[in-house]
Amino acid sequence: MGWTRKILRVDLSSGKITTEPLNMDWAMQYLGQRGLATKYFTEEVDANVDPLGPENKIIYATGPLTGTMASTGGRYSVITKGALTNAIACSNSGGYFGAEMKFAGWDMVIVEGRSEKPVYLSIIDDKVELLDASEIWGTSVWNTDAWIKTKHQDPQTRVATIGVAAENGVLYAAVVNDLHRAAGRSGVGTVMGSKNLKAIAIRGTGGVKVKDGRAFMKATTAAKKVLVDNAVTGEGLPMYGTQVLMNVINEAGALPTRNSRDVQFEGAHDISAEAMAAPRGSDGETNLQTNQACFGSTIACGRISKIDTKHFSVQNKPEYWHASGGLEYEAAWALGSNTGVDDLEALTYANFICNEQGLDPISFGATVSAAMELYEDGVISTENTGGIELKFGSAEALTKCVELTGLGEGFGKELGMGSARLTAKYGRPELSMTCKSQEFPAYDPRGIQGMGLTYATSNRGGCHLRSYTVSSEILGIPEKTDPLSTDGKPALVKAFQDATAAVDSAGLCVFTTFAWTLDDIAPQVDAGCEGDWTPEKLLETGERIWNMERMFNHRAGFTAEDDKLPERLMKDAAKTGPAKGLTAGVEKMLPEYYELRGWTPDGVPTNETLSRLAL
Amino acid sequence: MIEMVGVTLKLYASLGGYLPSEASRNCLETSVRAGTTVEEFIDAFGVPREACHLVLLNGVFQPPSVRSKTVLKEGDAVAVWPPVAGG
Repeated sequence: MGWTRKILRVDLSSGKITTEPLNMDWAMQYLGQRGLATKYFTEEVDANVDPLGPENKIIYATGPLTGTMASTGGRYSVITKGALTNAIACSNSGGYFGAEMKFAGWDMVIVEGRSEKPVYLSIIDDKVELLDASEIWGTSVWNTDAWIKTKHQDPQTRVATIGVAAENGVLYAAVVNDLHRAAGRSGVGTVMGSKNLKAIAIRGTGGVKVKDGRAFMKATTAAKKVLVDNAVTGEGLPMYGTQVLMNVINEAGALPTRNSRDVQFEGAHDISAEAMAAPRGSDGETNLQTNQACFGSTIACGRISKIDTKHFSVQNKPEYWHASGGLEYEAAWALGSNTGVDDLEALTYANFICNEQGLDPISFGATVSAAMELYEDGVISTENTGGIELKFGSAEALTKCVELTGLGEGFGKELGMGSARLTAKYGRPELSMTCKSQEFPAYDPRGIQGMGLTYATSNRGGCHLRSYTVSSEILGIPEKTDPLSTDGKPALVKAFQDATAAVDSAGLCVFTTFAWTLDDIAPQVDAGCEGDWTPEKLLETGERIWNMERMFNHRAGFTAEDDKLPERLMKDAAKTGPAKGLTAGVEKMLPEYYELRGWTPDGVPTNETLSRLAL
Repeated sequence: MIEMVGVTLKLYASLGGYLPSEASRNCLETSVRAGTTVEEFIDAFGVPREACHLVLLNGVFQPPSVRSKTVLKEGDAVAVWPPVAGG
């Protein structure tokens, strides 16, 4: 149990919709969500497929604990070959959409082919239809959500959709569900758009059965108490959200600033959690209105914000005067310190547009910052930007760029390529702060060395969520390590990578691991699902998933050459803060990491490793 | 004459309320007697020790065990947070 044991398969080319039983042998090996869907994907799709071709598939997958009473059990992932990266992509989201999929009776939805005309997939329990989406094609996430709920006459319908950005081929377009929760990274929304699939709308009226109800209730109740009693998950995250990190990382000298030219931002306080909670001088209101929880979450770290109605970005635009999804730390960094913009209201507006049009704010913000450096270096001018003075620190430039990129107009078309392609086009590829063509997020590896190895080896390209060693290196969870040292980091990164893959695959939020260990998670999985799930088995499952993803990328042509950081981080030392004088030491860590992984010195899993993991 | 050193205290998140009214942007520039330790400095503002989860001295982590031994120098900045996280 835990699993519904049913899969929905939708062929957009033929319009054929079929159901099939879940492969339970694979479920025992890959658990669910990220792991299990990637198993299906890698078995069915050639690694060399064109991400935007009809041969690519896209899978929307839940975990066995999605939709249960386990805290944070509302997660789902979108698995495909990434439009931005050409690598395996798995982008995870919260909200309520994932749980609704389980209530409708489905573990995952596999979408194949390409529809001739725009369609959306309607799932109401067992009633599944492809319906015409021509009326909502070309409209925003927010409009699509409202249109479908009105059409279905059911406000409880949960919608995951693309915005205009994906339709226009922005390579880092997101799939947005519940208005402002997003499977944001790697261009999974772009793949969805390439299939002419506008949205998936789900309404489920069933429940989720677990293996042993009594044991499950006991395990989940005990685990919830751990989260509530923990100062981070019980108080810190709900009260301040992820944005509290802005001042922490700035003080630690690891806040990428102005396209990683600097590691500290003089305006960090102005865009921090503290600033969001302080009354504005203009109207006395706070940017932060309240917090919000995803399905089943006892943490509730989400931010709901309101923009100052007198701010230049929203003057005469009442559609942005309501409360909506506010800044998380990664978005505030990408749109803020990384572009040198310290205008909190402008950042919030840019974040609203990212949600409305379906953009990944990390890749968008980092691409704008690369473009700003091109502009300041004189490589591009207002002739290229359509008149925008693209200077670091310009809130006006940032807000104009997000509008153009969301709609795919003017210079926004170039920004939609992502920083790797944009900087290559103008002959300055070294200005792209990416790994495997994906912009890395809000932690400078010169100041947090473990994150350098995290970015370089992430199977989905530059990403913090594959092994969040910040937890140990800065926050001291589960134990403090020195952020400026590379010693012990290969083992730390491997441990975080394997454990995170297991947490994702269960359908839980990785934020639980600020309080939970696998000793807290395993009893919940084991009470919910067949399979004798122990902490050791979860860790082995995570390692299996990591190697499976790595092998897909290997077949797609990625090599050890792709496990590297931008030259700037390797050669230009940090100028200020604790890391002053340091560069990223990833080259020193990689050989030990490969050895710990059981890979060859060239970064390829050995036959022995693959055999040990039954791959 | 008592020797003083100029230092900065930054209290974030829920600890911001422990700063006096002259503080700005969660930050107070002040001076302390030479020989004052990190722990004594924070104590002087009434911040409960159990609330001082993350203490950075010039950006570098100060484990609880050394806070009572580390003496502040001219220009030092101490930043303190309750238990927080993000990502």
